[in-house]
Amino acid sequence: MAGSSLLSKSDRRVMYGMVGVPTLLHVGLVWIPAIATILLSFTNWNGFRFDTMKFVGLQNYIQLFTVFEKDLYEALLNNLWVLVFLFLVATPMGILIAYLLDKNLRGTAFYQSLFYFPVVLSLAVVGFIWKSVIYSPRQGVLNVILGRTAEGDQISWLGDSSFLIPLGDYGLSKNFLALIAPMVWRHVGYIMVLYLAGLKSVDPSMKEAAAIDGASEWQLFRQVIFPSLKPVNVVIMVITVIEALRIFDIIDVLNNPVGTDVLSILVTESILGESSNVGRGSAYGVILLLSCLLFVVWYLRNEFRGLEEE
Amino acid sequence: MTNASYPSPKEWDRLVRGKNVSRRSMLKGSAAAGAVVAGSSFLAACGSDDTEAGTEGGGSIEPGNASGALTIGSNLSDDTPKAALAAVVAAFPNSDVELSINTTDHNTFQENINTILQAGEDDVLTWFAGFRNKFFADQGLLGDISDVWSSISGLGEGFKAASTASDGKQYFVPAFYYTWAINNSKKLWSEKGYTEPKTWDELLGLADDMAAGGITPFAMANDGKWPQMGMFDILNMRTNGYDFHVDLMGGTESWTDDRVRQVFTNWEQLLPYSQEGGNGRTWQEAATDMENGTVGMYLLGTFAASNSDAMAEDMDFFNFPEIDSAIGSSALDAPIDGYQMVASPANAEAAKEFLLYISTAEAQDAYLGVDPSVVASNSGADTSVYNDLQRKSADLANAATGIAQFLDRDTIPDFASACGDVIAEFIEDPSKIDGLLADLDEKKTAIFADFGSS
Repeated sequence: MAGSSLLSKSDRRVMYGMVGVPTLLHVGLVWIPAIATILLSFTNWNGFRFDTMKFVGLQNYIQLFTVFEKDLYEALLNNLWVLVFLFLVATPMGILIAYLLDKNLRGTAFYQSLFYFPVVLSLAVVGFIWKSVIYSPRQGVLNVILGRTAEGDQISWLGDSSFLIPLGDYGLSKNFLALIAPMVWRHVGYIMVLYLAGLKSVDPSMKEAAAIDGASEWQLFRQVIFPSLKPVNVVIMVITVIEALRIFDIIDVLNNPVGTDVLSILVTESILGESSNVGRGSAYGVILLLSCLLFVVWYLRNEFRGLEEE
Repeated sequence: MTNASYPSPKEWDRLVRGKNVSRRSMLKGSAAAGAVVAGSSFLAACGSDDTEAGTEGGGSIEPGNASGALTIGSNLSDDTPKAALAAVVAAFPNSDVELSINTTDHNTFQENINTILQAGEDDVLTWFAGFRNKFFADQGLLGDISDVWSSISGLGEGFKAASTASDGKQYFVPAFYYTWAINNSKKLWSEKGYTEPKTWDELLGLADDMAAGGITPFAMANDGKWPQMGMFDILNMRTNGYDFHVDLMGGTESWTDDRVRQVFTNWEQLLPYSQEGGNGRTWQEAATDMENGTVGMYLLGTFAASNSDAMAEDMDFFNFPEIDSAIGSSALDAPIDGYQMVASPANAEAAKEFLLYISTAEAQDAYLGVDPSVVASNSGADTSVYNDLQRKSADLANAATGIAQFLDRDTIPDFASACGDVIAEFIEDPSKIDGLLADLDEKKTAIFADFGSS
């Protein structure tokens, strides 16, 4: 009775609505599909009629690691490459640019728009632009600049799947690196905007205090600004990991050249293809889910440990 | 005839299929529709009911009765074929049917066909004959159009066979086909005095001549991982014959067989003569190279001519030469394109009328008037307007002892894409082929087992 006296009827209705609707959406759009994917990964089903669905136990997983293992390992490694490049190249570049632009340079708005421009385009469009304008063997910008447009002398940017960095039977293929370049190009702008917003909120008096104490530019960034932007750093890290794991569109519109499989491509190829193999596609999906969970668990553990220390 | 006086799609479905035509629905139908409309459509519906129960093959289609909206889902996304379909639609004689074309990019369409078939947005879809059509018909995703077939004339038995699914009913209407052959530029060839090779040795000799003259003998494109499937098909049919090719596609032969290995050994001989970096080149880019005279030969469908007007003028082709004289050179890829109907179209009557129209010489003439890179399936089509390429294609197909539909149409699509990967890796690094084929054979076993059991 005490509870109901605190909240009026309409308050409670609002409360239920605000808690209930997102919960329903979350359960309906995240949990149910995720659980259905896990269940489907133990079946053999062509996606047409339910009566043709068959329970096959672990068969799909066994096949992934014995028959389709090359596709799987290549995809896992490629997802990892995207993560590495976004993390070690795109993110620091975005932060650096944001840091420089925060210094109220002349024409800063112009530079901001310039770097942010790729983010406005979808990665699919970015892919088309890079494929036809930059990578085309005969008339692409790169080969024209390098003077390699003659027949027999062209560099095939998207067609060369030999390894730049070999790791046993797998590695970083040259054409996958060519696909990572536009991803990085776009990600830099994304990070820049996020970081720029964060930098605006840094208390200027802290910077002044550090300057008076005689801190160098690097010390100022490393000791004062970076730690005070912890919430932004966390957002950037999460976004980078998610971008790396969900990468799909650019590879798909470039017709998935040999050597450029990633997990989401294997999922869609198995399920969206003409003869869908829902079971195998779901098994790929579960592996993608596990990769995400790995990161989430690691991240949450760090967060909780941080809280305990505080 | 307005939409208001038109029976609902559901009623139509019942009427046309002859299911549950109760007295009540008949009364409802005639009450809703104007007397004349209802009368004529009723005769047609009753007709189809009778024949379905009696003779095999269903009833027939009475053109001119349909009305309402009809959406054609089209994968003809390149400019020329797109304009050609628009011409076909414009020439559709029944003005009561509002036709609209819903075009999707070719590759996207193919990958999403499952969704498209079940989305219910389109009534009629562009598609491929043979295995690919049968596959969806067997899943119950396509509408039976045997009644359309009983009204069709001018299409041979081969076309009917390529349109028939496992249940013996037809689910496809062939519109046109094209042949795969070695294309070349007339200008370049007459300038240099090249002549058509008839044997494998002559082909290699010609390639030597071209290479010595500073011309890359073979164009190679493989963006999308399908163009080089054509090379595998033809080399396999020349090396091992049509029957082996069909068995290999059907999953009953092993990919680790020496005969398959021989195909790749032969192919390896061509690779030094081919453009490098094929996996990163679109077929259009390679066609432009042929047009510019930097490459001498280009194995591709005759649609290569649709790359540009200049190409359409300048292109010629010849049949892939014989490799083994015991096998000869009369088999080839000649994929048939056409139309199929979704299982429950919104406007079944208009859909069937359109499908019947597509099979006619008039519709095919309208198409070929815009896109002369294909050959009409209807024997009544106007061959006097054929250019040399079309006449040659028709001659090739008519003389063929075996016609394959192309690798990605002749086998389980899932498996075809696995083959596509192997081929793409092979042209980049032929030394990997043994491992690739062993892997592919494992995938074949897994994919065919999944396919058979579900």
